Amino acid sequence: MDLSSNLILVIIVTSGATFASRFLGILTAENLSDKSKLFDWFNCVAYSILAALIARMVIFPAGALLESTLLIRIIVILISAIVFIHSKKNLVLPTILSFILLTFLSNIY
Amino acid sequence: MINRKYFYQGLKSLISSRSPAIALACSFVALGALMHNAGFNLQQSAASSFFTYALPGQLVMTESFLVGASLVNIFLSVWLVNFRLYPMSVALVPILKHESQPRWKYYLSCHMIAVSSWLIMKETYKKIDQKYRLDYWLGIGCGTLSAAVISTLIGFLISDYLTKGMMIGLAIVNPVYFLCMMIGAMNNLKIIVAVLSGGLLGPIFYLATPEWSILIAGIVGGTIAFFIKDKKNGSI
Repeated sequence: MDLSSNLILVIIVTSGATFASRFLGILTAENLSDKSKLFDWFNCVAYSILAALIARMVIFPAGALLESTLLIRIIVILISAIVFIHSKKNLVLPTILSFILLTFLSNIY
Repeated sequence: MINRKYFYQGLKSLISSRSPAIALACSFVALGALMHNAGFNLQQSAASSFFTYALPGQLVMTESFLVGASLVNIFLSVWLVNFRLYPMSVALVPILKHESQPRWKYYLSCHMIAVSSWLIMKETYKKIDQKYRLDYWLGIGCGTLSAAVISTLIGFLISDYLTKGMMIGLAIVNPVYFLCMMIGAMNNLKIIVAVLSGGLLGPIFYLATPEWSILIAGIVGGTIAFFIKDKKNGSI
């Protein structure tokens, strides 16, 4: 098989594996009320999974972030979070700031 | 078919001070550049963001492809890393539902589920009339999905000009955006416990089982939070 059709297969497989979870969610939730206990549990789990994902991205990163140190990542994240809280929860400012800060810091160290 | 007023209202979430656009742009520009370097072409990179639209899964796909993993292995690792979309989707659909909405819209809308669009919807849905929430959601989804695809294209095209430092800088933006959104979402005790326990358990479990850590931490942390009695009577 040539490379190009192989790549297309890879994209189809990835999209299928991703869509499966989304679709399964719709099927599970079909008769679920937002007042039910089960909905409440799924909601808690969803938030908890996202928090675990964020923590992993920062503490045990993959890819480009591996080239920065944990200390610098935590400093950049803390500064951005402080800016977020003190800017009436503006999200554009801390996101731009985090990019500039880490690009700058990783050029120095 | 789709209520335009609510669709545009959802779309407009992309141009507010709470916009996810910067975070999406940064992470998908980095992905586009990565896919370019991995040997994907422009159309394939855009198609991947359009049809998969889940960053961690696309990263796993690119890395697995580079090390020559089999299709079955790619399927399994992507499925595992994107499985978070399952509880997210279960926790989203009930707030979108209305009997007047046709079924195809739900199937279409589930493709738009991603961390950023989900967090925006969770933050704002109470202000939207239940009857039109699905239209509003499709607006958010189309906006974030388009931003992701366009950014992937840009990243692919400018990959030669991105320095190593810039790639590192781009990679921090997504976690920063997610973290800020999570801080914003922590307005009742249940969510606070869910977020703190997940954030704490995730890295601890990672030491034991890297692949399963996020899922297990989420289930354990979420279950702990579930048993917390909230003063506001469990407002979610």
